[in-house]
Amino acid sequence: MIWGWLYQESGRISELFAWHLGLSTLPVIIGLLLAIPLGWLARHLGLFQAAFLGGAGLLYTIPSLALFVLLPLVLGTRILDPLNVVVALTLYSLALLVRTVSDGLGAVPPAVLQAASAMGYRPAARFLLVELPLAVPVIAAGLRVAVVSNVSIVSVAALVGTPQLGLLFTQGLQLHFLTPIIVGIVLCVLLAALLDGLVQLLANRLTPWQRKGP
Amino acid sequence: MVSWFMDPEHWGGPDGVPVLLAQHLAYSGIALFVACLIAMPIGLYVGHTRRGVVVVAGVANALRALPTLGLIVLLVILLGPSFASDLAFVLPSLIVLVLLAVPPIMAATYAGIGAVEPEAVDAARGMGQRPLQILFGVELPCALPLIFSGLRSATLQIISTATIAAYVSLGGLGRLIIDGRAQNDYQQMAAGAILVGLLAFAVDLLIGLLSHLFVSPGLKRHSRRSPL
Repeated sequence: MIWGWLYQESGRISELFAWHLGLSTLPVIIGLLLAIPLGWLARHLGLFQAAFLGGAGLLYTIPSLALFVLLPLVLGTRILDPLNVVVALTLYSLALLVRTVSDGLGAVPPAVLQAASAMGYRPAARFLLVELPLAVPVIAAGLRVAVVSNVSIVSVAALVGTPQLGLLFTQGLQLHFLTPIIVGIVLCVLLAALLDGLVQLLANRLTPWQRKGP
Repeated sequence: MVSWFMDPEHWGGPDGVPVLLAQHLAYSGIALFVACLIAMPIGLYVGHTRRGVVVVAGVANALRALPTLGLIVLLVILLGPSFASDLAFVLPSLIVLVLLAVPPIMAATYAGIGAVEPEAVDAARGMGQRPLQILFGVELPCALPLIFSGLRSATLQIISTATIAAYVSLGGLGRLIIDGRAQNDYQQMAAGAILVGLLAFAVDLLIGLLSHLFVSPGLKRHSRRSPL
C-alpha cells in the first residue's frame, strides 16, 4: 500500500465511488418499481406465470460483459455511455425481483386477504395497504441479493470504460501497481455491505410486526 | 454484423471462433469440476449433519460482494511473477472461477439435503439403512432438483467471469470483446458478446436437460418449490 498515492488521488477515487454508488443503486430502484406491477401480473396470469418467470430467468443467463457490449446496438447509445450499464443492471435486477415480488405476494396468507376484503378494502387499496406490506420481508431478501451483486457487476463495466471503481482495477493492472486494486476491492465490499445494511434497516422499519413477535 | 460471421477468416486459425469456444469450454469445465470437488462434500456434510450452516451461508453471501474483476487482477499481480508463461494468468483466473462457483453449489447442496422430508429419512432408517446409504440413496436423490439449480447458477457465473478474465490475457470468447475494445472494432466486440450469450443459453439449456434426465420422476412436482 502506498498511502501517498491514496491521498493524492482521493478526489478522483471519491468521484469513482459516487459513480459506483449511482450505477449500482439506480437500477435496483427502477427494477423494483417495474417488478411490483410485473410480479403482481405474473401471479394473476395463471398459466402464463411459468413462461413469464422463465423469461425473466433467461435474461439472467446473459453474461454482464456481453450485455454491456450489445446494449449500444439495441439502444443506439455509444459504448461508453453509462446508460448501457444502468439498463443492463436494471434488466438483471428486474429479472431477479419479478420472481421475489411474485413469491412475496404468494406468501401472504389467503385468510388475511379475505379479512381485508371483508373490512371493505377495495382491490387496489388491499394490494397497496395489505398485500405489499406483508410481502416486504421476502422482497427485501431479493433486494439484498440484487443490490450486493450489482455492486460487483458494475465493476465489470470498467472493461468497456464506464467510470466507476472498476477503473482502479484496470489502472492497477496496467501500471502493475497494487494500491488502486486493493482500494477498489475494499471500497466495493464496503459499498455492498453499506447498501445491504440499508436495505435491512428499511425492511425492519417497514415491518414493525416482525420485531414484536414472540 | 452478419458480415463478421460470414467472413471465413474468423472461423479458422489459432484465433478462430472454434478455438476460442473450445478454450472457453475447457476453462469453464475445469473450474466447474474443481468447484464441485470442493463444494459437494462440504454441502453434503453440512446438509446431513446440519452443522456449520451459519458459517457456510455467511461465507456464501460474503463472496457475492467481492468484485470479480478486482480479484482476478489482484491475483495476477500477486501470483504472476512466481509462475512461468501462461500459468501466470491462467492460474489466477481459474482460482477466481472456482471461488465464485463454490458458494452456489455448496449452498444448493446443503439446502437441498436439509429440505428433504424427515419422514423419508426416518423411513429409510427404519428399513435399516446406514447413514451413508441414507445420504446417497435417499437424501441425495431427493435433493437433486435444488443441486441442479445451484450447478446452473455456478456454471453461468463461471462462463460470464471467464469472459472477463480475457482482460488478463486468458483465452476464450472474451478475447473477441477485449481485443475488439482495444482495436475499436465494435463489430468484433458485438460478435463476441453474441457468441458468449449463445454459449450461456446453450449451457443453461443443457443443464436443464440433464436435470430432467437425472431427477426421479416422483420428485418433479416439487422441483419448483424453493428458488435459490
